[in-house]
Amino acid sequence: MLDKNGIAKRIARELKDGYYVNLGIGIPTLVANYIPEGMDVVLQSENGLLGIGPFPIEEEVDADLINAGKQTITMIPGSSLFSSADSFAMIRGGHVDLTILGAMEVSEHGDIANWKIPGKMVKGMGGAMDLVASAKNIIVAMQHCSKDGKSKLLKECTLPLTGIRCVKKIVSDLAVLDVLPEGGFKLLERAPGVSVDYIRSVTEGKLIVEGEIPEIVLE
Amino acid sequence: MNKVVANAEVAIEGLQDNMTLMLGGFGLCGIPENSIQAILKSGKKGFTCISNNAGVDDFGLGLLLKTRQIKKMISSYVGENAEFERQLLAGELEVELIPQGTLAERIRAGGAGIPAFYTPAGVGTEVARGKEIREFNGKLYLLEEWLRADFAFVKAWRGDTAGNLIYRGTARNFNPMMATAATITVAEVEELVPAGTLDPNQIHTPGIYVKRIFQGQHYEKRIEQRTVRKAKA
Repeated sequence: MLDKNGIAKRIARELKDGYYVNLGIGIPTLVANYIPEGMDVVLQSENGLLGIGPFPIEEEVDADLINAGKQTITMIPGSSLFSSADSFAMIRGGHVDLTILGAMEVSEHGDIANWKIPGKMVKGMGGAMDLVASAKNIIVAMQHCSKDGKSKLLKECTLPLTGIRCVKKIVSDLAVLDVLPEGGFKLLERAPGVSVDYIRSVTEGKLIVEGEIPEIVLE
Repeated sequence: MNKVVANAEVAIEGLQDNMTLMLGGFGLCGIPENSIQAILKSGKKGFTCISNNAGVDDFGLGLLLKTRQIKKMISSYVGENAEFERQLLAGELEVELIPQGTLAERIRAGGAGIPAFYTPAGVGTEVARGKEIREFNGKLYLLEEWLRADFAFVKAWRGDTAGNLIYRGTARNFNPMMATAATITVAEVEELVPAGTLDPNQIHTPGIYVKRIFQGQHYEKRIEQRTVRKAKA
């Protein structure tokens, strides 16, 4: 099984030189720690910044510089600042190459639910609906099962949806899977020590397995 | 054209119960701290507040929630406020949650005189309920309407007596659009300078949108998530 950092590390391998990337809150934020040396990737923050840098040292902390998770951050050389309207114009306009976000559930058609649990606190969707409706490429970072062992890769989502037919790839603690346009989770890689049979047993949606499935390699 | 008023109390003149207000900021970054204090002191209530977030329990819009001056919140994310949660679950507060990009664009549209537009955000979700859906180039879009307000309260870094504004860092966020979308826009600034001081090339919000501007006082600029890394020795 992969831990959170393992998931982030594996997702980082999907990055390409020259990409503009939006990272969601949680595991996706960790992906920033694993951008390959020498690769030119610019991180977009929905609250109005292109070019997120590392967390500041104590002396650099600036209340006017935060990321979407409200954490203090820095800027890299070549950063730019803009309004929320401009930020979502670049998101909806398809200018961001890759969006990485978390999910509570994903369906075999690529539907995603990640903003609301009825009966519990509703915090709001923030920018998630805009991101999933428009991103050219969406990778979801998630746990394969809930804490009580139920599959989160489903035939149909049970929670209120964030977007439909949008997820292209999933990296879970157990596997890497493509979501096929015609429906179904295509198993690409399995976490070290996790069998295909086990993945099948905890994937409620249609799982497609072709040939030998290699283990995920993290350097 | 001189837009300067003495302070926040003067700047909110004309504020009435049940008005619709826009308040800039993302989290606590770039919020109009002085105007919120003045609204608090005014005791006026029944407001519909359009703001991306709802502050925290004891700062930002959380202050106006505590005093029950807000009747309805229109926001994209409200997860940092326990008093908010209590009022919502008790049915004391109305809440309309809107995708963040749609919220920003509805405000922008309000200021730009565009009554409605189509966006893909929310198609196939509960956000789409009751809204017109139309296909363009094989993809579905929702019709969303503009947002406008009686007052907009924005916060800028520097401003001049003519109402021109420059924001700083990610404190810009919703402030520029909100400045355009209200009957009366009140701008508070960390530094108020005479017209002619700011470089016209660098202005983010042209003074035409700003009715009243004042020099803000005692900015706390509270940080929600102070995250630091160790300096290399």
